[in-house]
Amino acid sequence: MAEAGHAAPLADEKHGLVSHQFEDVEQQRSAAALGMWAFLVTEVLFFGGLFLAYTVYRRLYPEAFAAGSHHLDVTLGSVNTLVLIGSSLTMALSVHAAQTGDNKALVRLLLATMLLGAVFLGIKVVEYAEKFRDHLVPGVHFHWHGPDEGHVRLFYGLYFMMTGMHAVHMIIGEGLLGWLVIQGRRGRFGPHYNTPVDLIGLYWHFVDIVWIFLFPLLYLLGRH
Amino acid sequence: MATQYAVQPPDEERRVHYLNADYGIRSWLLTVDHKRIALLYLGTVTVMFAVGGLFAVLIRLELLTPTGDLMDSDTYNKVFTMHGIVMVFFFLIPAIPAVLGNFLVPLMIGARDLAFPRLNLFSWYLFVFACLFGVGAIASGGVDTGWTFYTPYSTSSSNTHVITATFAAFVVGFSSILTGLNFIVTIHRMRAPGLTWFRMPLFLWAIYATSLIIMLATPVLAITLLLLIVERAFHFGIFDAQLGGDPVLFQHLFWFYSHPAVYIMILPSMGVISELVATFTRKPIFGYTFVAYSSIGIAVLGFLVWGHHMFVSGQSVYAGMVFSLLSYLVAIPSAIKVFNWTATLYQGSVSFQTPMLYAFGFIGLFTIGGLTGLFLAATGLDVHVHDTYFVVAHFHYIMVGGTIMGYLGGLHYWWPKITGRLYPEGLAKIAAFIVFLGFNLTFFPQFVVGYLGMPRRYHMYPPEFQVLNVMSTAGASILGVGYLLPFVYLIWSMRYGRRATANPWGATGLEWQTPSPPPTHNFDVTPVVTEPAYSYPPIQHVRERVVG
Amino acid sequence: MPERLFRFIPDQASTLAPAVDNLYFFLVALSAFFSILIAGLLIYFAVKFRRRPEHAIADEHGVVRGGQDPEHGAHGPALALEIAWTVIPLVIVLGIFFWSNRLFFLISRPPADAMEVFVVGKQWMWKVQHPEGQREINQLHVPVGRPVRLTMSSEDVIHSFFMPAFRVKMDVLPGRYTTAWFQATRPGTYPLYCAEYCGTLHSGMIGQIVVMHPDAYQAWLEGAPSGGQTLASAGEGLFKSFGCAACHLTDSPRGPRLAGAYGKPVSLEGGASAVADEGYLRESILNPQAKIVAGYPPIMPTFQGQVTEEQLIQLIAYVKSLGAEEGGAARSAQGASELRKD
Repeated sequence: MAEAGHAAPLADEKHGLVSHQFEDVEQQRSAAALGMWAFLVTEVLFFGGLFLAYTVYRRLYPEAFAAGSHHLDVTLGSVNTLVLIGSSLTMALSVHAAQTGDNKALVRLLLATMLLGAVFLGIKVVEYAEKFRDHLVPGVHFHWHGPDEGHVRLFYGLYFMMTGMHAVHMIIGEGLLGWLVIQGRRGRFGPHYNTPVDLIGLYWHFVDIVWIFLFPLLYLLGRH
Repeated sequence: MATQYAVQPPDEERRVHYLNADYGIRSWLLTVDHKRIALLYLGTVTVMFAVGGLFAVLIRLELLTPTGDLMDSDTYNKVFTMHGIVMVFFFLIPAIPAVLGNFLVPLMIGARDLAFPRLNLFSWYLFVFACLFGVGAIASGGVDTGWTFYTPYSTSSSNTHVITATFAAFVVGFSSILTGLNFIVTIHRMRAPGLTWFRMPLFLWAIYATSLIIMLATPVLAITLLLLIVERAFHFGIFDAQLGGDPVLFQHLFWFYSHPAVYIMILPSMGVISELVATFTRKPIFGYTFVAYSSIGIAVLGFLVWGHHMFVSGQSVYAGMVFSLLSYLVAIPSAIKVFNWTATLYQGSVSFQTPMLYAFGFIGLFTIGGLTGLFLAATGLDVHVHDTYFVVAHFHYIMVGGTIMGYLGGLHYWWPKITGRLYPEGLAKIAAFIVFLGFNLTFFPQFVVGYLGMPRRYHMYPPEFQVLNVMSTAGASILGVGYLLPFVYLIWSMRYGRRATANPWGATGLEWQTPSPPPTHNFDVTPVVTEPAYSYPPIQHVRERVVG
Repeated sequence: MPERLFRFIPDQASTLAPAVDNLYFFLVALSAFFSILIAGLLIYFAVKFRRRPEHAIADEHGVVRGGQDPEHGAHGPALALEIAWTVIPLVIVLGIFFWSNRLFFLISRPPADAMEVFVVGKQWMWKVQHPEGQREINQLHVPVGRPVRLTMSSEDVIHSFFMPAFRVKMDVLPGRYTTAWFQATRPGTYPLYCAEYCGTLHSGMIGQIVVMHPDAYQAWLEGAPSGGQTLASAGEGLFKSFGCAACHLTDSPRGPRLAGAYGKPVSLEGGASAVADEGYLRESILNPQAKIVAGYPPIMPTFQGQVTEEQLIQLIAYVKSLGAEEGGAARSAQGASELRKD
């Protein structure tokens, strides 16, 4: 079935940039990229389950969902949307900086992305605190002044699950960015090697896109 | 010619291979070598199989008599639940992909390792962590929801350790996802020069299709189980009718994963069988492309049939009809495989070593399992047999008769490659016969008792069902012996078995062109593939024309 | 049915049973045919083409140049075979599909003239109510030769009402009604099982279906405990004590009049419409805000947690009897007098 091939070109391995299982930088880069895309596909399905549950119940109880949605803070939600879009921009710029080898800009842009992410999470904390104060966190203390308490609770349950899972992804993203900053400071990235920045960038954009779907579904839909 | 790799150094003991490259516990627990990780998985799933098997023994002993005399109802409910959870999540799903897949995927494609070796080790640690959680749930008193975790029983009625057990299944899901992702990337990006898609061995096609399912279905299970955990902890009502939710939504989400999960268990096994049939008939698999595409067909259609678990759960008649139709369509690619394997034997050179006996056993049991699936997809008939022992018998024919036969066949077939030793052939043949006999005696009576109306998950049952249950228990004890034998002689052979050559079966395939056991980096030189899989020489038949 | 030492099918005691068994026997025959075909071919080929010493064996490394041409792109007879064993099974399974789904529709559609029985499942017993008010636990008495429609709900988790002798099973869900039906053909006592796992005594949630001659059934009805009230009259009592009558019995601006409403389409606030069946009435009592009838204010309080499943059934039976009044069939004299007031 096979015959002996020529010895593998192991030149790149000498630079310590190519892991032992890969033939060359290009194979390593394309494997890593495919891996990240495949991972994002699993993420789509993970959030997909939540979106499905939301869709089913929204269709069944549009009134309760509109009422629950009415109590969310659209201003804070909108600000957060802008903050995240801004962070996507800085992330895209950091990928560019890594490719052009502008290390100083890379570190600054990554820090800016982290900062915007932190602002987003901070605002989220404020929103959660408000909900907690208003007894809108499902559980024994949940209380709703209005009709159809059960289905409004369902709305808030989904709200916390969806935004909560999103926030968990944001926190993981912050950690990854922090690691990139450290590596960037050491000058690890440049035109020859920038896959981690590229892939973590993909992840960050994905998390932003999830929010772009969450925001209208939770905050805007059903608002008159 | 690749002879230079196969020549064993004169002093075999000195040759460095993946097993003796390094010693000590650290060299195993911190390894990133896919072959060593495969062995770590082998050890772990074997332990979990023993745990699940122990519960099976308890079930069969209890069902020997119609009354509940061995244990009380709560205990019995926990026993069958944990049998299901352990066997499905910790044995059947990981067994072939994580053990054989891990060992073979890089070898078969001529790569030095998987694309992400450290991720691979991380998957194993996740798996072990999940196992510990699962065993912890058992040790701390168990869980009694059934492995299906149906709501609202699991969220508001059961007072057992549901969250611990669910969390274990949640974590093991991530372990599967990462393994599947690793395989997909490896097969896409790391094939040796010349190894085109349609030159790949069918085992790789099967693993590829399986990995697709794992990646697309398991995340849905993860979020479903997470919702279940949150619902049980906070009661926000998503699956609780009292709070305005819908318990049947859980069933939809659960089966959206768990039906494809059946294909996660059976597809790799089918891949193993294709390898075995080719090797032991010395012929290419008949209709290679059809068999390859049928794996993908099963993977795709498998996503569209989840509703056939819910014909009597109150979904609309029309939904039932559509799911019934789609379920019938998924039967076709399975039938194609069975016919093609059978046709491969024609004008072959068939030998009957142990792996081939398992392949015969697989085809027989899978045929029966598949055909009884036609009964269950028949909506009008399913109303009667749903949730009876008929279903239990059907899915054991697929999951035990199919998956475990393939797993054992594959383990014997690649054992020389994995350990560098041969297993004792005579004993192994006897064990294969015992497994086949014991299996049929255990599960065939369950079809009959199911049609007679015995519901599943019954601790006590009407006396009229006793004869068939006694037969089943008797069969299970034979089956148990059949599983114990390989356990004993395979371990024995690791030390005392005869040394294996690089290619004891005379098989094609890159994995046979490197020494047994392979060196850590698999191939000293990257192989180049010039021919399709299974390019065996023509067979000279007596008084028949030459084939090929 | 005479006791036999060994049986392959349960008693056939309903009109559906023979039809289901026919499909079953067909599938058994089909499975036997294909199993024997595959097993026969495997054994025949394995013996006929067993390895012989004169077969060319690949060298020890399995590396053989110029091997057989693997049948990658199938063509000629091979392709014909592939097509044959794709198309023939497809035709067969489509045949089974049509057969089984015709049966499924039959099983899923109760006849219009079926007598009605209400079933409530709870851990771990079956509670049965007859329209005439008789109640039973873990037993269901029915007359032979009359279609019986079961309207079922659960108080806690999911159960499943399984009558193997009738080949009928239906899940019993909390929070909604499911229905099943059968027509018994043979007097006798038949088993009843819970088929959906429901906790500790799941296997103890069993009972009996007693199929009786119509005369015997009538006698049983008269002797069985009913509390002296039919379901509808019990429901009427509840209707008054919960204060429903204030808004729903007359043409009130506060709530729609319920006489004659059962089974009719209702137009809802927001333009949608619904049919006032058992499920709709149930939801309107437990969660009145979910669907508001057009033209009425959303002022009805919820009765979630105040009415039991059995009381719900009684209320619904009463609303249905109001509908029957409109049609002219007197069933509850008191209900009729209420109606005459407006």
